[in-house]
Amino acid sequence: MSEEKQVGIVLVSHSRPVAEAVAELARGLAAGGATAPVAAAGGTSAGGLGTSTELIAAAARAVDRGAGVALIVDLGSAVLTVKSMLAEGDELPEGARLVDAPFVEGAVAALVTASAGGDLGTVEAAATDAYDYRKA
Amino acid sequence: MLDTDFFRRWMAATAAAVDREADRLTELDAAIGDADHGSNMRRGFAAVSDVLEKEAPAAPGAVLTLAGRHLISTVGGASGPLYGTLLRRTGKALGDAPEVTSDQLAEALGAGVAAVAQLGGAQAGDKTMLDALLPAVEVLGGSFGEARDAALAGALATVPLLARKGRASYLGERSIGHQDPGAASAALLVGALAEAAGPNGGGGA
Repeated sequence: MSEEKQVGIVLVSHSRPVAEAVAELARGLAAGGATAPVAAAGGTSAGGLGTSTELIAAAARAVDRGAGVALIVDLGSAVLTVKSMLAEGDELPEGARLVDAPFVEGAVAALVTASAGGDLGTVEAAATDAYDYRKA
Repeated sequence: MLDTDFFRRWMAATAAAVDREADRLTELDAAIGDADHGSNMRRGFAAVSDVLEKEAPAAPGAVLTLAGRHLISTVGGASGPLYGTLLRRTGKALGDAPEVTSDQLAEALGAGVAAVAQLGGAQAGDKTMLDALLPAVEVLGGSFGEARDAALAGALATVPLLARKGRASYLGERSIGHQDPGAASAALLVGALAEAAGPNGGGGA
């Protein structure tokens, strides 16, 4: 399945370190060699807390292999920025989709599924299912 | 009729008002948010002023879509996509007509406000910018002065409300007793319409 086009994952957080660390965590837990493409888009372009359309668009382009891009976001302006980009703009590649999922668990589930060759719908379902892992 | 230059004056007057009131917006945001609304809005509208200077769009709709796009990309906080969507959708609704009536502007702004409500999932009374925008849009076809007063009254009326959206909603009952910063900045945007129209332009077109 690894020759198939893989779904790309973009992690959008208010914080650059959070987005990068979660990408690193997901790569580590997906393990077993090469993973599907994943990119972090955290913080503002200037490196502060917030969200940047430029960073999000660049990350989406970087992971787009033609099989769709799943965007996983943390909260507030990360959600609204991606929604407004999808609603109006042309900055995101064809097949980009906002996935309703918890940030950390959803990122891991999405990357594992995308690396196994899952299509965009399957990746989205796996990430959303992460809401159901009860911890207590 | 409202021409392209009127829309450029509207954006310039908004940028000036936001710059003048940035400290107050940030103080309001410090009470129930994360104390960056004034600086975020100032940065966003400064970028809008710059790009309108550089690109000189040729129609009212184009002024607003360009302004909206730049707000989304420069603000960095939730007010970027919210105000950006407001202006972009309003600009799209105006199409490429070289001049529009104030009734057409009222209708287009209504579409923009509806897009904001959909994006944020908020409604009237949630203690958001909508509480200033919705009453303003209702009377905008009449006069810009009326719309300014309605927006200001709407913003002040957010003081006793409980925040149901955004960062302030985490505070629950502690959000009561503070004016919503987004409603306060929305009142500046609406008030700038009357300024752009000038002393004799507050009436219907």
